[in-house]
Amino acid sequence: MISHAFLQSYWWLLISLLAGLLVFLMFVQGGQSFIFSLPRNDMQRKMIVNALGRKWEFTFTTLVTFGGAFFASFPLFYATSFGGAYWVWMAILFSFIIQAVAYEYRSKPANVYGTSLFDTFLFINGLLGPFLIGVAVATFFTGSDFTLDLFNRVTWGSGWHGLEALINPVNLLLGLAVLFLVRVLGLMYLENTIDDPALAESIRKALARNAVPFLVFFLAFVAFILLGKGYRADAVTGEVTLVRYHYLHNLAGNPVTLILFVGGVVLVLLSLWLGIFRGSRKAIWYAGSGTVPVVMALFFLAGYGETSFYPSSADLNSSLTLAKASSSQFTLKTMMYVSFIIPFVIAYIWYAWSSINKKRITSEEMDGEGHMY
Amino acid sequence: MIENFDLSLVDWSRAQFALTAMYHWLFVPLTLGLSFILAFMETIYVRTGDEKWKRITKFWMTLFGINFAIGVATGIILEFEFGTNWSNYSWFVGDIFGAPLAVEGIMAFFLESTFVAVMFFGWNKVSKKFHLASTWLVAIGANLSALWILVANAWMENPVGMVFNPDTARNEMNSFAEVVLNPVAVDKFLHTVTSGFVLASVFVVGISAWFLIRKREEELARKSILIAGIFGLVSSLAVALTGDTSARTLAQVQPVKFAAMEALYEGKTDAGLTVIGALADSGDRIGEKKVHDVKLKIEIPKLLSIMTTGKGSGYVPGLKDLVNGNPERGILSVSEMMERGTYARQVLTDYKMAKELGDKESMAELAAKFEDKDFIDNYFKYFGYSYFEHPWQVIPSVPVTFYAFRVMVGLGFFFILLFALALWFHKRKTLEKNQWFLWLALISIPLAYLASELGWIVTEMGRQPWIIQNLMPVHVAVSNISAGAVQTTFWLFAVLFTALLIAEISIMVRQIKTGPKH
Ligand code: HDD
Ligand code: HEM
Ligand code: HEM
Repeated sequence: MISHAFLQSYWWLLISLLAGLLVFLMFVQGGQSFIFSLPRNDMQRKMIVNALGRKWEFTFTTLVTFGGAFFASFPLFYATSFGGAYWVWMAILFSFIIQAVAYEYRSKPANVYGTSLFDTFLFINGLLGPFLIGVAVATFFTGSDFTLDLFNRVTWGSGWHGLEALINPVNLLLGLAVLFLVRVLGLMYLENTIDDPALAESIRKALARNAVPFLVFFLAFVAFILLGKGYRADAVTGEVTLVRYHYLHNLAGNPVTLILFVGGVVLVLLSLWLGIFRGSRKAIWYAGSGTVPVVMALFFLAGYGETSFYPSSADLNSSLTLAKASSSQFTLKTMMYVSFIIPFVIAYIWYAWSSINKKRITSEEMDGEGHMY
Repeated sequence: MIENFDLSLVDWSRAQFALTAMYHWLFVPLTLGLSFILAFMETIYVRTGDEKWKRITKFWMTLFGINFAIGVATGIILEFEFGTNWSNYSWFVGDIFGAPLAVEGIMAFFLESTFVAVMFFGWNKVSKKFHLASTWLVAIGANLSALWILVANAWMENPVGMVFNPDTARNEMNSFAEVVLNPVAVDKFLHTVTSGFVLASVFVVGISAWFLIRKREEELARKSILIAGIFGLVSSLAVALTGDTSARTLAQVQPVKFAAMEALYEGKTDAGLTVIGALADSGDRIGEKKVHDVKLKIEIPKLLSIMTTGKGSGYVPGLKDLVNGNPERGILSVSEMMERGTYARQVLTDYKMAKELGDKESMAELAAKFEDKDFIDNYFKYFGYSYFEHPWQVIPSVPVTFYAFRVMVGLGFFFILLFALALWFHKRKTLEKNQWFLWLALISIPLAYLASELGWIVTEMGRQPWIIQNLMPVHVAVSNISAGAVQTTFWLFAVLFTALLIAEISIMVRQIKTGPKH
């Protein structure tokens, strides 16, 4: 018999993996945030949009699946966070709705609002999506203003319904770190897929300019949470208390988290060096292989080891732990069997992806006959 | 528990869900059906190597892409709305309802979105066979998306495969198979996807008819009419068949909805099926609900009894029986159910209290009830009724369900005829001679959308006031936010979705007028 606690950990692992993949795939958003600043002419913009446009569905679907998996495995989180921090989630959703149509409609005749509006949609999604998702995830460490009653109904303390997260500087640090990270990833992806020497030159310069703020914001966020107080949940009584160095303790105490974190950071740094100083086209692969484990490590810090992953700053004992928020043992077990197809899904995505990306994008292709954005 | 409900919050939340779901449903059925039509056409191309078929496939594929993007955009919002607007519901049922949504993401959406990319961008990059396989996988993925979400939806109408856990105060799944093989889910899936096939076939036939009216692209139009005509005819027959089985299942699991669809107030034997009718206020009331007379009625004798019970003399309960009870027929009154539900809820509250106080003895005693078959079958079953004040509150809007149902069914039979005629004229090569038919096919496109939306109106409005049949009424499910917040997002969605819809239609019309690339 597989224990409930094991299944909860297993599902948190999958949620963390999905989160890691999501952040990596948000290179699409990162790329979109350059739509007005990077290209020197229409052809360059067209190449950028088409390079990203072949991948946006993956990011989008990962976001959807991330939501669905969270719903199925930790429904109390779903109910508490979405129903409470209403405005943050709504803002995130709006920024994704406008993205989904923008690619398909931007260059079609009779699109009513003109190409530039749809490009603006892409730009807004590029900035807001990653930033707000970063802020929302930061509340896993900084806490939110809610209480739960006897029947687990949530009451949000602040009438701002989630927007109050935006005035907490620590949350902003992670929001900005994610934003600049995905901008870096976006540049590396474009470098990898588009065959255009002039564009490559601009990309390399932009890469250096964006890598610095990313590192500053990211390290500042990590320093804050590791050196500040964390939400410790007692394994026996379930009581939640604020404890200094709690996340540092979690990091040092769990070798897997530590390896993922350090290994991931090293890979990201390596990718920056490759991209900026070597002009390497392969930088995206290093950055991607680094991003996924770092994000996973952050989720591990928040969820594993006597910790509340969705803490309440208003009422410590309303805080959610994996055990409190999870689905029943039966559901988690059934879902675990379903999750075994994930490697297969990743395999066919990989196959389809590489079959399309075999040739790099050129201006000749853009002038050709195919399906074009 | 919560005793004060903000009704305007409930209404705005309902309005928002209805708005977003109905927008999503404007795009989904075309995806469901057109994806298969593309797969058929491309298969012919690959089999025959005839470039004409490739050109036809690509033309419809362009339209598919325009529709698909906006379908995805409207879908994401629905998923998150369960959390943002129905958080109490999400908690209460997340253990069961969340699972199909997660499976949908893992199994269906990735399949669809991965191979959509190959379908659009792979023409010159991958082999013919791989491309064809991708097109088929898109169709399968799209229809699998429908499967899982409909399993979730069917569970709301006929909750099965679960037990109530007093410790967590929620329902927990105990059989995934029962959830998936729920008879309502089976009917719903088959009826819904086939209705999507019908809609897409009407779309293709209608647009092809327009080309014939304009005397353009005649070969493309005729070939498309042939494919969509066959697919449409088969599907529309399947729609009628699965619609019929849906109605039969419905009569068993949601008798109130069924009676509302038929505007049947007094239960009877030898009940006839009303084909056409008009409702008039009879002056009589059940509580505060109007009782309607059916005027101008055209009826098929005994059919309703046969449909629900299998024999002409079978008894079909009416709304009055279902609300006031009918001991002779073994129907409990709603006020009785309310009492039993209230008792069940009291037991739960006592249990929670005992737990708070650490009173082990009472806890054990109360917990035992939740395993007692008599308590489960005769009391807990009516848990949701404890939230009502008046028995008549369980009656949905009769006119809405009654008319929506009739128009849908009427159109269903009309489409059968439409496809039959299309194939007939195609065979006799007289499509162009029958201009009236071409126009009829063209104006049928909006009718298909109408039928499709009305189907959901019947389903979703007909199950009011329940969000989960007998367990949770809608007003208890809602998130604890201000009505103003939901009102604001409602208008934001209304404006944004309408603006996007206008762009979609405009682009679509232009692509059709431009015709296929040469
Ligand atoms: C092109 C669209 C279309 C057409 C022509 C029909 N339907 Fe339908 N119907 C739907 C599209 C639809 C739908 C949108 O797909 C619904 C909504 C929910 C569902 O399960 O399917 C639906 C629901 C629905 C329900 C309610 C199920 C429930 O409440 O769970 C019944 C009883 C029928 N249909 C019966 C019929 C019959 C007897 C038809 C005769 C030909 C028919 N429908 C044609
Ligand atoms: C896409 C097709 C659908 C359409 C057009 C549709 C339509 C509607 C409408 C009109 C309402 C409002 C009813 C009222 O308040 O009177 C509603 C409510 C709702 N529907 Fe649907 N629906 C669809 C599919 C679904 C599915 C698949 C699910 C679940 C998986 C679902 C879940 C809900 C919920 C939770 C509500 C809100 C609570 C309620 O009013 O009962 N709907 N829908
Ligand atoms: C109210 C409940 C519903 C929810 C929560 C929901 C959710 C979603 C989401 C999140 C997407 C985007 C997926 C992606 O990223 O590719 C989507 C698309 C889709 N959904 Fe829904 N959906 C609902 C109702 C339905 C129904 C009733 C059907 C079919 C019967 C359906 C069929 C589809 C299909 C085929 C797509 C693919 C894109 C398209 O529409 O063209 N959905 N849905």
